[in-house]
Amino acid sequence: MAIKLPIYMDNHATTPVDPRVVDAMLPYFHEKFGNAASRNHAFGWTAEEAVENARAQIARLINATPKEIIFTSGATESNNLAIKGVAEMYREKGNHIITQVTEHKAVLDTCKRLEKYGYEVTYLPVAKDGQIDLDDLRRAITPKTILISIMYANNEIGVIQPVDEIGKIAKEKGVFFHTDAVQAAGKIPVDVQKNGIDLLAITAHKFYGPKGCGALYVRRRNPRVQLASIIDGGGHERGMRSGTLNVPGIVGFGAAAELCQNEMPEESKRLSGLRDRLKEGIFKSLDEVYINGSMVHRLPHNLNVSFAFVEGESLLMGINDVAVSSGSACTSATLEPSYVLKALGVGEDLAHTSIRFGLGRFNTQEEVDYVTKRVVDVVTRLRELSPLYEMAKEGMDLSKMNWKTA
Amino acid sequence: MAYSDKVVEHYNNPRNVGSLPKEDPNVGTGLVGAPECGDVMKLQMRINPDTQVIEEAKFKTFGCGSAIASSSLATEWVKGKTVNEALSIKNTDIVRELSLPPVKIHCSVLAEDAIKAAIGDWKKKHGEEVTEADTARAAHE
Repeated sequence: MAIKLPIYMDNHATTPVDPRVVDAMLPYFHEKFGNAASRNHAFGWTAEEAVENARAQIARLINATPKEIIFTSGATESNNLAIKGVAEMYREKGNHIITQVTEHKAVLDTCKRLEKYGYEVTYLPVAKDGQIDLDDLRRAITPKTILISIMYANNEIGVIQPVDEIGKIAKEKGVFFHTDAVQAAGKIPVDVQKNGIDLLAITAHKFYGPKGCGALYVRRRNPRVQLASIIDGGGHERGMRSGTLNVPGIVGFGAAAELCQNEMPEESKRLSGLRDRLKEGIFKSLDEVYINGSMVHRLPHNLNVSFAFVEGESLLMGINDVAVSSGSACTSATLEPSYVLKALGVGEDLAHTSIRFGLGRFNTQEEVDYVTKRVVDVVTRLRELSPLYEMAKEGMDLSKMNWKTA
Repeated sequence: MAYSDKVVEHYNNPRNVGSLPKEDPNVGTGLVGAPECGDVMKLQMRINPDTQVIEEAKFKTFGCGSAIASSSLATEWVKGKTVNEALSIKNTDIVRELSLPPVKIHCSVLAEDAIKAAIGDWKKKHGEEVTEADTARAAHE
């Protein structure tokens, strides 16, 4: 089978909408376009029924009840609502929040804003494998702690945090546990009961649903979590999130969740097989390549590799028919290399050489083999061009050099 | 980010890639940048001591496409020039030639520094007086 170029292998950024999801959505644009909040005619009832059906599909994916699902515009909003909503609602109980350094900016920047308003935030470090230390977490909890916000799995390195244990610790100490499960939900089993999760953020577009449609799981019993809303208005979503519901998006969200749930065992096995094939292909042909983060506690479709002595952006430029992303400073808006890799203790020199591969439902083995070959060829070519590779091969210790920087 | 055609062309067909023997008295070596910053350029020139003409130039660069293109262009430009002519090459000339966007200007600065550092190294080998500009970012030892 001929390969269609360019190849998309950046599924942590977003995923294509599954054609079956598109089919489910289509009637809700023109034919069944009603406002789900219209209680007095059939257009509204049809829309409401579709929304409630989707709510149940999403609840099933994470073993919640439908009433515990609050629709939002995406996971950034869900994370904001969870953290700010708890912070405001429980201000009298305490003002301390615990999170960790490799969280997504939607969590980190929300916490930073709360610090400006007088909240105290502890940012736990991570070990070289990307996981937090549970003893650090236990020690960080004070009588003032109201929330622990630790992501389920990381978006750059795919490392899965010990959520079961975090859930247990949170419960023991009577602190709410929020998790950003954007990268994990739909890919690996996520179970709010078993994991002891009180709040959980997800979004449709990371699992083959449409963009602009997310949800926050808010536990209703054992314990019941209350939230102050951050968007006020018509009192939709039990007052926690006002605004007319994005009915076609929500229908797609629900359909995507159901597909993920049904296909997960097979899909995760297939993707981890492809991921391992990619990894082996790279390691077989190249020296001085390093995996970033744990290979054991890792999403099945993630691979994050540093190709020493080859700057990430120049590598991306060489494999321009393959869509992946890099932790190099040159590719980021801030001109800083990846803060996630930095937190793992990966040196800035290696952070500049990192590439994230995110496999997805529509990637094939032929594509993986093509990408492997392209990466190996371009890395080899760029190393011939790299003064660092030459110096390392001559036996020089690059870390001991006196670099004169501009 | 979209690259200019010239950057892409230099990236795909870099000119004068390679190394010259650093111990050769007629070879000047400039090594600028740092791995932590994501850019390291090594520029070498073989300079005729009688005519002061740069007869050969080679480079190796660790960095983004714009850094590779800037150093590739620098080797093309210095070849056949005298030392003094090469020292008059400005980073803004490189920016203009390659249509570098503002975030990539540092790549051209690094290329200008590399030219100066290589010439400074050669001058030092020849016991010539080295001005401050020459050594500002001179080669490592």
